[in-house]
Amino acid sequence: MIRIEQLQKSYGSVQALAGIDLKVGRGELFAFLGPNGAGKTTTIRILTGLTRIGGGRVFIGGHDIVADPLAAKRQCGLVPQHVNLDSELSVLENLDIHGRLFGMPPGKRRARSAELLHYVEMADRAGHPVKQLSGGLKRRLMIARSLMHEPNILFLDEPTVGLDPAIRRRIWALIKRVQQDGATVFLTTHYIEEAEFLAGRVAFLDRGRIVALDRPQALMDGLGAWAVDRIDGETMATRCFATREEATAYSAAQDCGFTLRRVNLEDAFLNLTGKKVS
Amino acid sequence: MHGFVAVYLREMLILKYRFKRQLAGMAISPLLYLITFGYAMGDLIRFGEQSYLHFLLPGLVAMASMTQAFAIATDINVARFYWNIFEEFQTSPISNLSYVAGETLAGMTRALLGVLVILVLALPFGVVLCYGPLFWLAVLLNCFVFASLAVAMAMLVKSHADQSLLTNFIITPMAFLGGTFFPVDKLPAWIQAALHCLPLTHASSAIRASSLGQQPRLIDYLVLLGIGLVFFWLALHSVNRARD
Repeated sequence: MIRIEQLQKSYGSVQALAGIDLKVGRGELFAFLGPNGAGKTTTIRILTGLTRIGGGRVFIGGHDIVADPLAAKRQCGLVPQHVNLDSELSVLENLDIHGRLFGMPPGKRRARSAELLHYVEMADRAGHPVKQLSGGLKRRLMIARSLMHEPNILFLDEPTVGLDPAIRRRIWALIKRVQQDGATVFLTTHYIEEAEFLAGRVAFLDRGRIVALDRPQALMDGLGAWAVDRIDGETMATRCFATREEATAYSAAQDCGFTLRRVNLEDAFLNLTGKKVS
Repeated sequence: MHGFVAVYLREMLILKYRFKRQLAGMAISPLLYLITFGYAMGDLIRFGEQSYLHFLLPGLVAMASMTQAFAIATDINVARFYWNIFEEFQTSPISNLSYVAGETLAGMTRALLGVLVILVLALPFGVVLCYGPLFWLAVLLNCFVFASLAVAMAMLVKSHADQSLLTNFIITPMAFLGGTFFPVDKLPAWIQAALHCLPLTHASSAIRASSLGQQPRLIDYLVLLGIGLVFFWLALHSVNRARD
């Protein structure tokens, strides 16, 4: 569904993407995980036509994004990191304008708007101005809008950034549903638990390069099952252990604060790059 | 075509929500000009058979159609730099032509509304001119010129502050020098030559002649059409520059 070959992008002397190769299959829920500035947003912006490609080739649903950009865009829905709704227009008008931009006929626009507002549990807000919605509702509306034209691929750039944990869980459930309904989902995140909960495959992105790509569990395999974060003043060091008993014994021997927890993708990222995601 | 309709309709919906504020904003400056230069000082100046108010009104129409059409640049920039709504157009399968045509027509619609406001405001001052097809053709061409320029500039600028600079250095001087408040043909030849490089000078000339029942010059219409097409082409080729 998505094929990326040697994707590169530079901003002046800063290399944002240093040659990315990637394939994402139909119906997959794929996550790009990396710290701020790793190149996640740049990748999504190039894939959705917001930023010019610097080098390499990208195919969306078989369409080259440079040679046939409009056909490629018809395949995609985008939920950007920041809110980009028309705040002066109503919820329904935002959906309607999006449907018009994608050439949907009036009857289909009406039916799809009603269906999606029900889907994101906002049917009672149809006539409300967007500026009156909370952050969580705006995010749900952006997801509904991105699905309006029934895209084959949904891009989500940090879809839950800035949202409280309860709303984050609702958005996750919505994203899972979108994938279960048949769409390919490509998301970027720097939330470890988001990638672990949602993604079938995860790519670690660091300084514009993919440093690892696999299933979340496969990325954590070999590290052990338990981790201890040893907190000494301002510094924190993490060690991983195969069993809980080993981790507990190590913790007991510490003369400073510690946290005992399950190994997660953060540990895998740290092990590979020497730095934390968040 | 669907992209053009969507872009235009979005601007019209926003105009609908801001309608009263927009109308008030469109009325303030022309009203002050009519009172100050026309009503209070108008009796001191005459152009042959005409009062200064009759001379001034077509100039105000030209100026308002320019400023209101150019004001679409501000809306585009607010959508681009503050609300990020421009991204919605960039990720949609619409051509650059659809986008530019939609925004240009929205600018022209706003400008026509501004012109209607002036014509209504002129009624209590007893100024009724000849608003025939040649008058409206000149107004439409002027709107087209400055709405196209606005879209091009909105795509080329890198920040909202740059947009304000363009208004200060291009639109404001043209508003005063483009034959709006005084007849250009009374000036020295070299100044006349310089002022004839400004599209607003041609717009004022065509709008004034047609509204005062005189024969407008064909060259004014041709210049406006030519400049409008150049600006539209510039806007079309500037859309991709707005990415990144």
